[in-house]
Amino acid sequence: MKRTEAFDFYQPATLQEASQLLKDNGPGGRFLAGGTDLVIAMKEKGLLPKYIVDLKRVPGLSGIRENSDGSIAIGALTTLYTIETSALIKKKYPFLAQSAAEVGSIQIRNRATIGGNISNASPSADTSPALVALGVTATIASASGERKIPVEEFFKGPGQSVMNADEILTEITIPKTAANLVGEYIKFSPREMMDLAYVGVAAVYNLAADKKCTGVRIVLGAVAPTPIRAKRAEAVLEGQILSEALAEKAGQTAAEEAKPISDVRSSADYRRAMVGTMTKRALLNAATGPAKSWYDRRDRRY
Amino acid sequence: MNKKIDFTLNGKAVSRDVPTHRLLLDLLRDEIGATGTKEGCGTGDCGACTVMMNGKPVNSCLILSGELAGADIVTIEGLKIGAELHAVQKAFVQDGGAQCGYCTPGMLMMSKALLDSNNNPSEEEIRYALSGNLCRCTGYAKIVQAVQDAAAMLRSKNP
Repeated sequence: MKRTEAFDFYQPATLQEASQLLKDNGPGGRFLAGGTDLVIAMKEKGLLPKYIVDLKRVPGLSGIRENSDGSIAIGALTTLYTIETSALIKKKYPFLAQSAAEVGSIQIRNRATIGGNISNASPSADTSPALVALGVTATIASASGERKIPVEEFFKGPGQSVMNADEILTEITIPKTAANLVGEYIKFSPREMMDLAYVGVAAVYNLAADKKCTGVRIVLGAVAPTPIRAKRAEAVLEGQILSEALAEKAGQTAAEEAKPISDVRSSADYRRAMVGTMTKRALLNAATGPAKSWYDRRDRRY
Repeated sequence: MNKKIDFTLNGKAVSRDVPTHRLLLDLLRDEIGATGTKEGCGTGDCGACTVMMNGKPVNSCLILSGELAGADIVTIEGLKIGAELHAVQKAFVQDGGAQCGYCTPGMLMMSKALLDSNNNPSEEEIRYALSGNLCRCTGYAKIVQAVQDAAAMLRSKNP
């Protein structure tokens, strides 16, 4: 395996300093969080950064906090393993914990961060569909200030986002949600967490006692240049009583909305078919409660 | 760019002038001479390079030396407790949990990490913890058995 080549290496102690470094040193710089995408890009894809700005010495960028208004803030440097195992996230948003658990091995998830998973803007990122489905807002900071943007509007294409080179994703905020919100994230990938998603589907909705579904969000990963909402599929279920037939119809609609490509993992046609199947199962699984274990999570995709 | 880095390796303080782009794996093997940690894929898929960093298992092939200041690193060379092998080492020997042996240091580090937080894991929990450690000889059954036996040894010591 190719080795990384020399670069200048900075470890700023504040966000301002970190952002200023990118401004002052110009193009060719990269921010470093967990390194599980950046270092692999350097080793495998020939990325040659001139300089690297390690964000891990900036205090206050990691941790999960419940705010008084019922929202939950997650620091950008919070590792995916921390999210996967967080009692608060597992209780309120088990499908989000599940999406974090779908990324690589435990060794990877001990390094990989939620902010990195978003900032890298991979169309197949496992946490993105769940975050978009939850209506999460990203806080982006630079030396000149801070702005907030819905994660749904964050992605612009593979590896492309709304962030400028000197901007840093610092935090994400999950807004307060209804007490009867349910959800499911399905990563469809035969090698599970050790490979990228062929198709990712997050389905989230409020489930009433009579099984009426409202606030339906269906978000697809790995089947378009960015994560996309399947809005027509959402409309199929909105305000309706959940049934297998309706979930099937929503799945077929989501399949029509997907814009997949063919690559080494899968043909576009297969991806489209799997969007239909996995959307249906995600919608139905969400109503049955969170998966009890890894085997359960695996088995109920089929 | 070089940088003076102070960190802890297997309980001993290390202070070295290192190129910041040197991978932790290469620093351990080529500069420090601790060759127990292996490189398989180099991209975080196989787990052969697993070490503990600040108490958590990580892939040393994806960590830059520049990130190491203040870190506590434990490698396979630091797993033994004094003269005595760690329970996972004893169990892998006893059960034949190693065939060619190349994945073994990573398997042992990850098994130790699992047993640190759970001394009575189910087979499912063991397979989940080891899902990022590949054995090219496919000797998984005995590896899982060895982790179960190591857990039993630890439980009998600390019931």
